[in-house]
Formats: sequence, C-alpha cells, structure tokens
Amino acid sequence: MKSAKNVSFAVVGSGGAGAITAGSILIEAAGKSGWHGLMTRSVGPQIRGGEAAALVRLSTKPAFCMSRDFDILVAIDWKNADRFIGSMPVASAGLVIADPAAGDPPAALRDGDCTIVECPIGELAKAIQGGRPNMICVGLVAQLTGLPIDMVMQVVASKLESKGASAIEIGGLCIEAGMTAAAGFGTRFVLETPGKPDSKRWLITGNEAVGLGALRGGVEFAAAYPITPATEVLEYLAPALASIGGALVQAEDELASINMIMGASYGGRPSITATSGPGLSLMMESLGLATAAEVPLVVIDVMRAGPSTGIATKSEQSDLNIAVHGFHGDAPHVVLAPLSVADCLFTAQWAVHIAETLQSPVIVLSDQSIGQAHVLIDRPADVTFLTRRKPYQAASEPYLRYAVTADGVSPMSIPGQPGGQYTADGLTHTERGTPSSTAKAQRQQMDKRLHKIEAFDFGDHWGVTEGTGDTVILTWGSLTGAVREAIDALQDDGIDVRLVALRQISPFPEKPLQAALSGAKRVLFVEQNHSGQFYRYVRSHIDLPFDIDRLNREGPDAIGPDEIASSIRDWKSQ
Amino acid sequence: MNVPNLKPKDFTSDVTPVWCPGCGDFHVLMSITRALAELGRPPEDIAVISGIGCSSRIPAYTNCYGFHGVHGRSLSLAAGLKIARPDLTVLAMSGDGDGFSIGGNHFLHACRRNVDMTYIVMDNRVYGMTKGQPSPTTEPDWDSALSPGGTGLSPFHPLVIALASGANFVAREFSGNIKGCTKTIVEAVNHPGFSFVEILSPCVTFRPDEKEWKNQVHGASVPETDDPARAARRIMTDDGMNTGILYRGQRKPYFASVKNTFGEIAPLERAFEV
Repeated sequence: MKSAKNVSFAVVGSGGAGAITAGSILIEAAGKSGWHGLMTRSVGPQIRGGEAAALVRLSTKPAFCMSRDFDILVAIDWKNADRFIGSMPVASAGLVIADPAAGDPPAALRDGDCTIVECPIGELAKAIQGGRPNMICVGLVAQLTGLPIDMVMQVVASKLESKGASAIEIGGLCIEAGMTAAAGFGTRFVLETPGKPDSKRWLITGNEAVGLGALRGGVEFAAAYPITPATEVLEYLAPALASIGGALVQAEDELASINMIMGASYGGRPSITATSGPGLSLMMESLGLATAAEVPLVVIDVMRAGPSTGIATKSEQSDLNIAVHGFHGDAPHVVLAPLSVADCLFTAQWAVHIAETLQSPVIVLSDQSIGQAHVLIDRPADVTFLTRRKPYQAASEPYLRYAVTADGVSPMSIPGQPGGQYTADGLTHTERGTPSSTAKAQRQQMDKRLHKIEAFDFGDHWGVTEGTGDTVILTWGSLTGAVREAIDALQDDGIDVRLVALRQISPFPEKPLQAALSGAKRVLFVEQNHSGQFYRYVRSHIDLPFDIDRLNREGPDAIGPDEIASSIRDWKSQ
Repeated sequence: MNVPNLKPKDFTSDVTPVWCPGCGDFHVLMSITRALAELGRPPEDIAVISGIGCSSRIPAYTNCYGFHGVHGRSLSLAAGLKIARPDLTVLAMSGDGDGFSIGGNHFLHACRRNVDMTYIVMDNRVYGMTKGQPSPTTEPDWDSALSPGGTGLSPFHPLVIALASGANFVAREFSGNIKGCTKTIVEAVNHPGFSFVEILSPCVTFRPDEKEWKNQVHGASVPETDDPARAARRIMTDDGMNTGILYRGQRKPYFASVKNTFGEIAPLERAFEV
C-alpha cells in the first residue's frame, strides 16, 4: 500500500464524549513520532453540550491549514452532527466509521461516495470495565494511520497519570480493541515515515504562542477583558505571568484594559493586552493617547469575522483597515501580522521590542484560524533583541521628555527617577511635555513621532519572499500558510510561483516590497476579507504595473491551498 | 524613602493653570501639595493621574510624575500603574463629569477592586471645560443651553455608590477648607486600599450659586464609622454638605502586584513539548 504525505481525520461526538481528548492524544503521539500536524475544534455558539469534533491533519511537512476533505471520520455519536457535518466533507476514497447503536449517519455522508463501515464503538468500550468510547476511537485511528502504538501509549500514560495506573491500563485495553477492530476494515491511510526532528516538537496554539512570544520579549504586565477568540491568550498569560513575577489583571472592559496597560507601561513595565475586533474598536481613542504620549504597548488583535459581533468563532482578516487607519488625527504607529502559528511567537516578541524601542503602540493582527489551531511545530529559534527604552539620565538641564533627537526617540524617565518628573499628555505639548496649542509644537511633535517610526530599521523582518517565478502571490498574515501549501502543490506540477508575504503592515515596507516584486509579471492578492482591504492598502502606497488578480473572501469559509492553486492554474491557462 | 522638611512648593510646577480666577480647584491643588509635603515622600515617588476636564489639568501643575489621559479613564491608568509599581504613591484625579459620567463604570470597579490608591474627585456639578452643561451630580432643574429647563434627572450619589461598590475609605470635603482637605487627603493616602475623597469645588464661572457653598458646608456631626450600611444611611439622609471622613473600612487591598525580580522564561516552554 502506498503511504501518504497527508492524512486527515475527524473524531465526532457530542460535548463530553471526549472527541477532543481523542484528537489531542492522536496529534501528540504523531508529534512524538516525528510527524507534523494541526488540530482544530468544531465548536458552535452553544456554550456546552453542543457539537464537538476534533479535526486533525497529520503530515510529513509543516501543516499550515486544514485539508479540504477528510480521509477518516469516526463518530462516537451523531448528536448535533447535522449542524456541522456539511462543513466536513469526507473524501470520495474516505472512510466513515459509524456505531450502528448511534443511529444512521447524517444524510450528507450517506449520500456521498465515501465508504461507511459499521463498528460497535460503544459495545467495545462497554466490554472493558471503565472503558470509554473515545479511547476506542484512538485505537481505530492509530491503526488506520500507522501511528506507533508505543507513542500513543506514552501520551495516554502522561494524560491519565493523575487518574492512576488502572486508568492507564483501561485506556490501553480500549486502544487495543479499537486497533483490532480497524485491522478488519481492509483499508488504511498510512502516513509516510517522517524524518527525525532535531529537537522535541511543540504542540502549541497561536494564542499560546503570542503569549509566550510576549514573555520572551520581556512583558511583565497584562490587563484584558475576555473575548472570543482571544481569551486563550489571556488564560495562558495569567498563570505564566504570575509564575515569573508579573501580573495579569482582568479589567471591567477594554477601555480599562488598554488604559491599565498604559499606566503600567508608563511605570516602566513592558505591557500587553489581547482582544478581538469589538475590543479593538473600544481601544482606539486610548491607542491615540499612547501615540501622542509616546507610551510603549502591544495590543494583540485575534481577528474574527466582523463587522459588529459578526461570527465570533470564525476567522477573518478584516481588521487591517481599523488597525492602520482607526486612529483620529495623524497618529503614526506600528501594525504587524504573524505569518503562521509558529510565527506568532516571533512576531509578538518583535512587537514588544519595537514598542519599547520606539515608545509606540504596536498592534499585532493575529486571527482565529491560527489563534485557536493546535499545531505541531519545530521549536522556534531563540531570538534576542537588544530591547530597551532610551533611558533618562539625570542632568543639570531641565528634563525634556519629548526632546527632538536624531532618531526621533526621546529619553524616557520612569516614576521614581529623581529629576525625571513629567506629565504624559494627550494634549499637544512642547518638548518638555507642557500643554501647548501653538503651530510650532504641533508640527515639531508630529514630525518627531513620524520620524521615529520611519527612521527605524525593521531589518529583514518586514516579511518573507520565497521562490522566483514571475507569477507572484502577495498575501499577509495567517493566509501565508495556505499560500505556501498552494505554491508547493503548483511546484509539483512544474508551475513556479513566488510567495511574497507581509509581516510588517504599517509603516508600509515600501522598499523591501518593491524589491520583492521586481521582475513580477502577474500578482495574485490573497486575503480573507470581503473588500480586499490589503489589496487596496498596498495600492494606496505603490503602483502595481502588473496583471492583477484577487482572491479575497469574508469568513467563515477559509481560503484553502486548493482554491489558491486553482486561481493560479486558471490564470496560467488563460 | 521619607524626606524631612519637604515644603508644598517642592510639589508645585511652574506651569500656569488654565483655571478661571476663583475656581475651587486652586485650593484643591494647594491642599494636595500640602498633603504631599506632610506625607514626606519625594515628588518622584508620587504619580498624579487624571482624565479630561478642568480638574484633570492638575497633574501638570504639580512637580510629581503625571499622566493626563483620555476622558473618563484616570482610574484605569492609575490602577495599572499602582499594580505595576506598588512602590509608588498614586493619586487619581477627576471631576464629576469625567469620573461619574464617562468614567462611571471604572468608578464602580475601582471601588470593588480596592487597589491601594487615592481617588480625588473635584465635584463642581457642571461641565466647565465645555462651557456649562449638566453633569451627573447637577440638580435636575438646573437650566442650560444643552438641557433647557434642566435634565429632570436625580443627581448621582457618589459617596453612597462608592460604599455600595466596596470603597475602603470615603470622605467629603470642601475645597475652601484647605486645612480639612489636607488632613483628609493625608488620611486617605495612608489608609490601605481604595480611598475616595469627594471635594466640593465651586465653579464660579458657570455655577456662581456655588459661591454660597462656603456658608453651607459643615463638619460631620457624627464620628466616622467602619459600618458601610450606617455610613450609607447617614450620607443618604444628610444635606450633601456634610464634610469629613465618613467611612473607613478594613477590606484587604487588591492582591496582585508586579515584582521587581523576574523568573526565567525557558521553563515555561517545556509545557509545549510533546
């Protein structure tokens, strides 16, 4: 049997059935065995007891997005499955494993051309005292995909450690029973043997990765208000910050959280908050204050489908406009976007570095698709930035907090430093910080704030460019993963396509982008929003003397590699 | 660190206030600088944090670290600063519009959260900076261009709301009584947890009737209490001109604070290894 580079499976079961646990065990075992992979959860607006499905893709190469369809779908039960099964197509050669005791599979599956096999999952579990159906599913999938049983058992042992040796033994018996049952199906979806990773692989979500990246960057304080799909950033940071000596405060709203971190940062503590679109809207006025008063801070926006409440659990890249243009007045600031789950770590760390160095707010545009995906990644490299605020040093002259300097960055005192007292102010002010309504003060401080951002060397972190073809796919943020996979697939067909992806959104990286686009004949813009915010933004900064095509769509349907590759193939054949 | 022989002028800046002649806020500024001199901490260890409005201009008129923020958010700025820097003395400053209208939600939660800081609201029962509109503490029949004939709304009762929300120290003062204000501010700063001081501070420009306040205020006729229900009953039934410390509670201040030494990040990474 030919082994595969990718296998996708879904474990379906109503809330509490343990589908998510089964998926977690399987992806962890795959990671221990050297595979890459990605897991998402299908959750709806129901708070509890609604639909639950673990969607997992395992692969030999880094996985950036979910497959379009599934090779294996195993169901503990079909309760609520009608609500989401339509968005989980099973491949025509795929296998649906259904427990006859749970009733008929949904019509969407019965009418498809996949194979449905019956397996008495519930009975198999019942036959083992204390056995659970989700562990039978683990055995079924492990057997079908060729996951090494010793790795699966290692994961089970560590997950069930607190429940005692007998729980681990029962888990093992269930998995064996599942494997035996699957051996009789006569079909398998075995993964190609992976290469050996250099170090222990990580299983991490984008939301955890931005939290860890912020800590690597030196964040000591956070304040935040819960919001889907950013809450996990806060739930990660709360205990993590406490464990190292920092603090996270749950604020009464986003107006409070942005101002709390501004107060903490003014006090000399690198600070962060995380939110989603509705929260970012509330923070806008205070972000303007941080720009005018030159207070370093980082805001992580885990974007979701908008406008307004939109679809809180689904992804979109539709906050580019507000992040770049949402401030009133002329307020230069920095906007970044991580290119993958792994890159969430780097981008958050870089964001803290830039905020502290430039004494500026930095907005990081992550999104639900990477924020809530559990992904197997190679341990991200250690990156060191020489991060520090330009310090105030006592001198005989009066202290000018907003002194005009060569690089536009002024020495910043922190409370407690004698002689460094000043009043941070959103009012137009002089170099000393004294409120002023003169044309001179307004021009001088605006020039200074713009200059410090424009003069900053963002280095080669502005984005990535890969490949050489004269056909370019230009994208930003999380869609980079899907584009990479599309370009890989095109390359297999001998079509050479160049990837250009922006991590630095604002200030606009004009020079490196122009260089990256040199020699291009056609450019396809790919982004997950309705109006083509990125395309319009790029166009507002540079001329685009190329054939242009656009693939942009609002959520909730993710733009996937197949669709991107088709756009290029259709275009090529024109 | 305490510094002996500090004078009020050590806490005053050379910036000229924008306030109208006769504004009560001049007296509040005097009381604050006197209280800070008495407290004995050097100006660099004090942070004065405000929002927007006439009273919120106060940070730049002191020689302390200051932050003149956006409208209504002084308490959030101040709480973040105090939790991040527990070594500082933090004063949050506000007016009745800034503190009770646009910033009303933060007021409730600041009382609940009980961070160890002092909140001073200069209440003149009018929006002065925008030239005379009714605030949450304005009488219902006070006539103005924006609300002709008055708002018809009952005034907000800041002290009772502070008590109901969990403030640990509640006092009312009159700006003209500099000695009383100074003493109460010192007590408020020294009391652990969230201390709330409402200072009746007349707006002589848009509320000339408030010039009469100096004849109307009177010291609290009964001693302070540690029973919030009793304090609330008293405040609800008095004439609103009763001054002094009205309530001093014993709730534990907010627990979290940022430390001065930090642990390693590397051990946190192990949680992600498979």
